[in-house]
Amino acid sequence: MFELIANQYNYWICILLMMAGLYIVIDHTNLLKKLIGLNIFQTSVFILFISMGKVDGGTAPILEEGYNVFSNPLPHVLILTAIVVSIATTAVGLALVVNINKRFQSIDEQELEQIELEEE
Amino acid sequence: MIATHYPILQVVIPLIAAPLCSLLPRSKLPWLLATVVAWIAFAISISLMLQVKDGGTLSYELGSWPAPWGIQYYIDTIGAFVLVLVTAIASITLLASRQLVENEIDSSKHSLFYTAFLLCLTGLLGIVATGDAFNVFVFLEISSLASYAMIAMGDNRKALTASYEYLIMGTIGATFILIGIGLLYMQTGTLNMLDLKARIHEVDSFRSIHAAFAFFTVGICLKLALFPLHHWLPNAYAYAPSVVSIFLAATATKVALYLLYRVFYTIFGFEFSFDLLHLGYILLPLSIIAIVMSSFTAIFQPGVKRLLAYSSLGQIGYMTMGIALETKAGLIASIIHLFNHAFIKGALFMCMACLLSRIHSTRLVHLAGAGRVMPWTSAAFVLGGLALIGVPLTSGFVSKWYLILAILEKDYWWLAVIVLFTSLLSVIYIWRVIEQMYFREPNEGCVGIKEASPLLLACTWVMVLMTLYFGIDSRYPIEMATVAAQALLE
Amino acid sequence: MSDLSQSLQINIFASILVPVIGALLIFACARFRGLIELLFVGTALCLLAVTISIVNMGPEAFYQSITLFTIIDSIPIAFHVEPLGILYACVASGLWLVTTIYAIGYMNANKEKHLARFYMCFCFAMAAVMGIAYSANLLTLFIFYELLTLSTYPLVAHKGTDDAKAGARVYLGILIGTSIGFLLMAILWTWSITGTLDFSVGGILENELPDGLLMLLFALYAFGIGKAALMPFHRWLPSAMVAPTPVSALLHAVAVVKAGVFCVLKITVYVFGIDVLTNTGANSPIIWVATATMLLASLVALQQDNLKARLAYSTVSQLAYIVLGAVLATSTSIMGSSLHLATHAVGKITLFFCAGAIYTATKKTLVSDMHGLGRVMPFTFAAYTIAAISIIGLPPLAGSWSKWFLIDGAISADRLIIAIAFLVSTILNIIYLMPIAINGFMLKPKQASSDIHEAPFAVVMPLCVTAGLCLVLFFLLPYVYDFLLLLNLR
Repeated sequence: MFELIANQYNYWICILLMMAGLYIVIDHTNLLKKLIGLNIFQTSVFILFISMGKVDGGTAPILEEGYNVFSNPLPHVLILTAIVVSIATTAVGLALVVNINKRFQSIDEQELEQIELEEE
Repeated sequence: MIATHYPILQVVIPLIAAPLCSLLPRSKLPWLLATVVAWIAFAISISLMLQVKDGGTLSYELGSWPAPWGIQYYIDTIGAFVLVLVTAIASITLLASRQLVENEIDSSKHSLFYTAFLLCLTGLLGIVATGDAFNVFVFLEISSLASYAMIAMGDNRKALTASYEYLIMGTIGATFILIGIGLLYMQTGTLNMLDLKARIHEVDSFRSIHAAFAFFTVGICLKLALFPLHHWLPNAYAYAPSVVSIFLAATATKVALYLLYRVFYTIFGFEFSFDLLHLGYILLPLSIIAIVMSSFTAIFQPGVKRLLAYSSLGQIGYMTMGIALETKAGLIASIIHLFNHAFIKGALFMCMACLLSRIHSTRLVHLAGAGRVMPWTSAAFVLGGLALIGVPLTSGFVSKWYLILAILEKDYWWLAVIVLFTSLLSVIYIWRVIEQMYFREPNEGCVGIKEASPLLLACTWVMVLMTLYFGIDSRYPIEMATVAAQALLE
Repeated sequence: MSDLSQSLQINIFASILVPVIGALLIFACARFRGLIELLFVGTALCLLAVTISIVNMGPEAFYQSITLFTIIDSIPIAFHVEPLGILYACVASGLWLVTTIYAIGYMNANKEKHLARFYMCFCFAMAAVMGIAYSANLLTLFIFYELLTLSTYPLVAHKGTDDAKAGARVYLGILIGTSIGFLLMAILWTWSITGTLDFSVGGILENELPDGLLMLLFALYAFGIGKAALMPFHRWLPSAMVAPTPVSALLHAVAVVKAGVFCVLKITVYVFGIDVLTNTGANSPIIWVATATMLLASLVALQQDNLKARLAYSTVSQLAYIVLGAVLATSTSIMGSSLHLATHAVGKITLFFCAGAIYTATKKTLVSDMHGLGRVMPFTFAAYTIAAISIIGLPPLAGSWSKWFLIDGAISADRLIIAIAFLVSTILNIIYLMPIAINGFMLKPKQASSDIHEAPFAVVMPLCVTAGLCLVLFFLLPYVYDFLLLLNLR
């Protein structure tokens, strides 16, 4: 049982981070903290991908005498793209939060709901 | 031959035009560029359609790297069908957009708006054209990011919170899809959809593959706004600038539905999705709840844009119901409705744009007497509304006809009754608007209001006439849907 | 293409297009009041001419299908002529001409607004009626049936008051509700088991369904045709009485309600086939429902003090006669049913005309206020008396023939109870129709009526004409009988 956990510790870390991130997104009312939670959630997925590409004893995939085992580079490349996407998302999200703060004078979800209800 | 490059040009032309657009000054030139690009994309998609309309496929290898190592663009009948739909709607919307953008968006942001629009178009086209699972994720995010930005440009400040909510939900959805892609890659070592299709049956008993399927389903359903993952949609559609409402309502959910077909039928295959994992058992109840709940909610909406948004949720339910029937007839019905509903909803949101441009509100109480002061717009709304209800001679009837026949084929009597009953609910919410427009004296605010500008009106009527045309001569969508369904099920 | 079928095609299309063109012309000339009135009457004249030319084509033209275009699956929009359709078209177009004159007089005398919209919708409704009369399959029938509902809705809601809107809502709700909920369902069911929707002599359902399900299908049709006003779906008829009287007269004594019973007749004869119905007993439940409707509606009519409401319930009851004749499904009862379609139309339109004339002259709507009016409005009340006697069924007036055949039909179907029910209903007819005439002539008016005169000429003339028709038809009806023998039921 312990081995199962220990040998696949990367997955457990992923799951832990994923749950933590999702929990923050769901539970926190502060829009900024939600974004942070979203980032943690996304990062956990990146780690999932990267650890997937790991091959025991493998090196960087450069052809050189004496090295036969390489790590899979493809997940890394994919994740580079995903990181860019994630940054863009965060940037848009932050911009939205700034604007929300400007026009509502609040970034608390419950307060915002209150304001919107009063407007109706 | 340039024609061989059409699959990639379809996506790349709007992509390149987007940054150019942001460099152009003021608003007229960016509009011109965006419109021209959309029409070019439309022309390309038609040419692609003609090549694959008999069930053939087109494959394009990026940088000549052979599949499955390189990225492959893969266009079959359903793909080309959705491409034509998306580009057609984009072309009409952009043509009509000039004045709407002028009215609703701050003049300093016009060029950026068109940039975002083109990026969104790029993303949607990319999702459809690509044959690579990871590419789907990237394009999905391109289109989503652009639409977050566009929705936030709405002049009501609630547009900001609506956009934020969409961003959170959309990102979670996309990340779920990313997890699914990762799990698939882990087990099969490939990202190419056709390759995945060939290899999936070797690993279809693995639990991680089942998990991947679940992540895909939930992620796409978030984008699709299927009950109970629909919460972001009504506000996003209601508060977005009207151009954005038109475009997204008519295309974004349709592309998500296309993605659902791809995942269920192409990547995982019919046996895996429906025989092994019994997708129908979960999709059918959800579709029914979506239809019934949203139809009821729509009845009580004070704003017409929100009403239409809720009605969209119900219509999505009809489309997923077609899938959930697990038959070819059901899939055909779903595809036909995908096509018809795009034009119907496009037309209705176009009408909203017309009303908004003159009355400056789409709340029900402010529309009193609109039939008198804006006869053409109101008539267009009536026809669009009838199509939404599914009155004969409109395309909505054709959709319902095929859906119910597919249901009867499975002997689900109760379901046919539900579908007919919900059509009646749509009568109620459409009629609330019509009554307000025609049988009430105009408000003081409405006096002296003129009809919407000719260009806008012309675009609205093009959409309306489309729904009427495809209601009378439905051969084209039916033929395409049949061929496409056949190909998907193979 | 032979000469005959070519001229048939021209005639059928003309009978649908003439009212449509009339409506468009009225829309175009909306500002010129005199002109639209002229156009309105002109359209009715043209339509009558076309109908007569169809009658003149004779039996060779029967059952030749004219296809317009194909909507879905190989089910075309197609038309044909057959005796029942011609009878209905004659009744509707003939009485329309009279009504146009009456409508112009009534609308002017009562200073109603939005005349162009009113006349236009009237024309569209007639186009739909012609479509129903000549439809060659169930889908075509359904389409025009829905169009009739939609085009008459604005007429019912014409006044735009809250009452009018509430009435129109019930009208639309019940008619659309039953047609989508039951009729469309029944049509889809028929299509899914037989693969055809064509009307054909002898029916299309022989040996297709077990008896129990056949009974269910027949009930779906009977209740689905809400326009036939079988209880409990009769509420729309009294609700629709908020409409201006010309609308009540033509649409709710002739076009709309007769469209309902005509559909029932046509479905009985051409979809089920009378042999199938009698052999399987699938018609039994509907026979009892129709009998109950006939008696109950008469009893309710007794309670009504509002003249139009009383006439409305009387219509519900009389419609049940026709439905009963149809579902008894013997050749005699079908004959009686078809004849009653014509005779009741003429009689009831006269009664409604009288109600409108009384309202125009005195603004009175309650029966209890009409005492003694016969002395100052002799023409109106004489016409009322003649029409009432015709509806009751005494010679020498038209209604006596149809009632004779209906009772004979009930006896030939070995259902003595039904025959007795007809007689009881006749007595009820006398009780609720005659007092108005008797009190009108015999009693002294409640208040001085020196300032009350007959309604304007344009209002009184039509009702004298239709009352005369009640008399003339008594002598002409044998010819109609001969014509209907061409149905060849046995």
